[in-house]
Amino acid sequence: MMTTNGLSGNSGRRRRVLNRLMNVLIYVALVAAIIPLLAIVGEVVIQGLPQVNLGFLTGLPRPPTVPGGGIFNAIEGSAVMVGLAALIAVPLGVGAGIYFSEWPESRLSFISSFTNDVLAEFPTITLGIFVYLVVVLTTHTFSAVAGAIALSIVMIPIVARTTEESLKLVPHTLREASMALGVPRWKTVIRIVISTGKSGLATGILLSIARAAGETAPLVVTALWSVYPVTNLWGPTGSLPYLIFYYGLSPYQTWHGYAWGGAFLLVVFMLGLNLSVKLLIGRRFAGVRAEI
Amino acid sequence: MAEPRYPGGQPKFETRDLKAGFGSTWVLKGIDLKIPSNKVTAVMGPSGCGKTTFVRCLNRLHELTPGAIVGGQALLDGEDIYAKNADPVAIRRRTGMVFQKPNPFPTMTIYQNAVAGLTLNGVRDRKILDQAVEHSLRSAYLWDEVKDKLSDSGASLSGGQQQRLCIARAMAVEPEVLLMDEPCSALDPTATAKIEELVSELKKDYTIIIVTHNLQQASRVADYTAFFYLGKLIEFDETASMFENPKEELTERYITGKFG
Repeated sequence: MMTTNGLSGNSGRRRRVLNRLMNVLIYVALVAAIIPLLAIVGEVVIQGLPQVNLGFLTGLPRPPTVPGGGIFNAIEGSAVMVGLAALIAVPLGVGAGIYFSEWPESRLSFISSFTNDVLAEFPTITLGIFVYLVVVLTTHTFSAVAGAIALSIVMIPIVARTTEESLKLVPHTLREASMALGVPRWKTVIRIVISTGKSGLATGILLSIARAAGETAPLVVTALWSVYPVTNLWGPTGSLPYLIFYYGLSPYQTWHGYAWGGAFLLVVFMLGLNLSVKLLIGRRFAGVRAEI
Repeated sequence: MAEPRYPGGQPKFETRDLKAGFGSTWVLKGIDLKIPSNKVTAVMGPSGCGKTTFVRCLNRLHELTPGAIVGGQALLDGEDIYAKNADPVAIRRRTGMVFQKPNPFPTMTIYQNAVAGLTLNGVRDRKILDQAVEHSLRSAYLWDEVKDKLSDSGASLSGGQQQRLCIARAMAVEPEVLLMDEPCSALDPTATAKIEELVSELKKDYTIIIVTHNLQQASRVADYTAFFYLGKLIEFDETASMFENPKEELTERYITGKFG
């Protein structure tokens, strides 16, 4: 039954049924999306939590089938390499992000911003191979430095992109107010723009650290593995992702324990970082969520 | 255009064939205008007539917009601010600007906002800053309302208070000219009245140029009025005589509300 404007008249019941169906479908989709996450986190907690005690956090790996020991080498290695990577990536990424946001009219800005976005989606194994060729082959050694460089290449595009987006959210009228007071442009950027967008910047940095902490492929070809604590940045170095990969695939029960424990620590670290980000975003309008 | 009546003395600002626009379109088409010193001059006209663009040319803010184009001259105390070796930062320190929507810096306290122009330019002496804060907030008729909460965030004030804070901030730098771009359009009538009263007080020490689309405001506040239409200056005269006795037909039609 059609009315004069073409809209069907008796759509009441059909509409309600359709609405119900859509709601159900959406809930099904939600559950389907959450189940894998809950299953993974659940399994990691069940298998990994029992492994963690003080000895686990401070000890070193024992030979296969020998009980006890720990994964201090992997924890320290990851911390050192991610820390070093952040030291490289944060200044470069924030600097690039500032340039993209505040000087968007230059051609260099346009090209670099585009390149940055491409780099963010790059398969990390290729980034690892690149660092292998440039650093590992020339220095004739797997090293924490090479690992850190590879991780920093993963981090820079994330930091640059979130920095750019956070700064772009700062209202233009604040920049104008500062310039109208006779404050030069660079000072306006540092004292007003960055200061206003700082929680967004912090968010981006934390998220990039979370990402880097979990990257495996680049480390396989740059830092490799070591059962010893870090004594020299120019030698092969252990890391949590590599531990999980290598020990998880081994045939030994005790080594599986190390892998689960390592996975648990990594997941706790990621959840902790993401929670801090949520708290930061909650506080200010200038927080930005990055798609990683 | 009929020969405008200027008061004696050197005009604070004089524009000669000042043009401005974006991309390849001129929004402001060759303005020749003299702004008298220590008076309030209203720049008035319908939307799109170029009044905001004109005022933003006077402190070289217009050129900061990507794609902006400027031409002609603007003389501040006889010297062209668009000369090749002119320093835009120095010019902006001589002209203070108040924007349509109040824009206090959200990461700063009321105290810090009031003296932002000083601290961002390197002034650190606490005594000087304390004096400047009180002086500029008093001049903006805001001191009594905020003197006990100077360390609250600048954004915690009402709209009218924020705008007065922005005026205080502009004045703390002790500019010679105050450029106001529709400063009351986002405010309620009480706040508007306070600011208009403030403007009348301030002209003793400053030259004020106020953009407004509100005819009644121009007649309340301005000594002189410039009427713009589609990027051209149509008429400039003492406000009272322009309103009672407009010399151009366009002016007369605008004032009597035949278009808005």
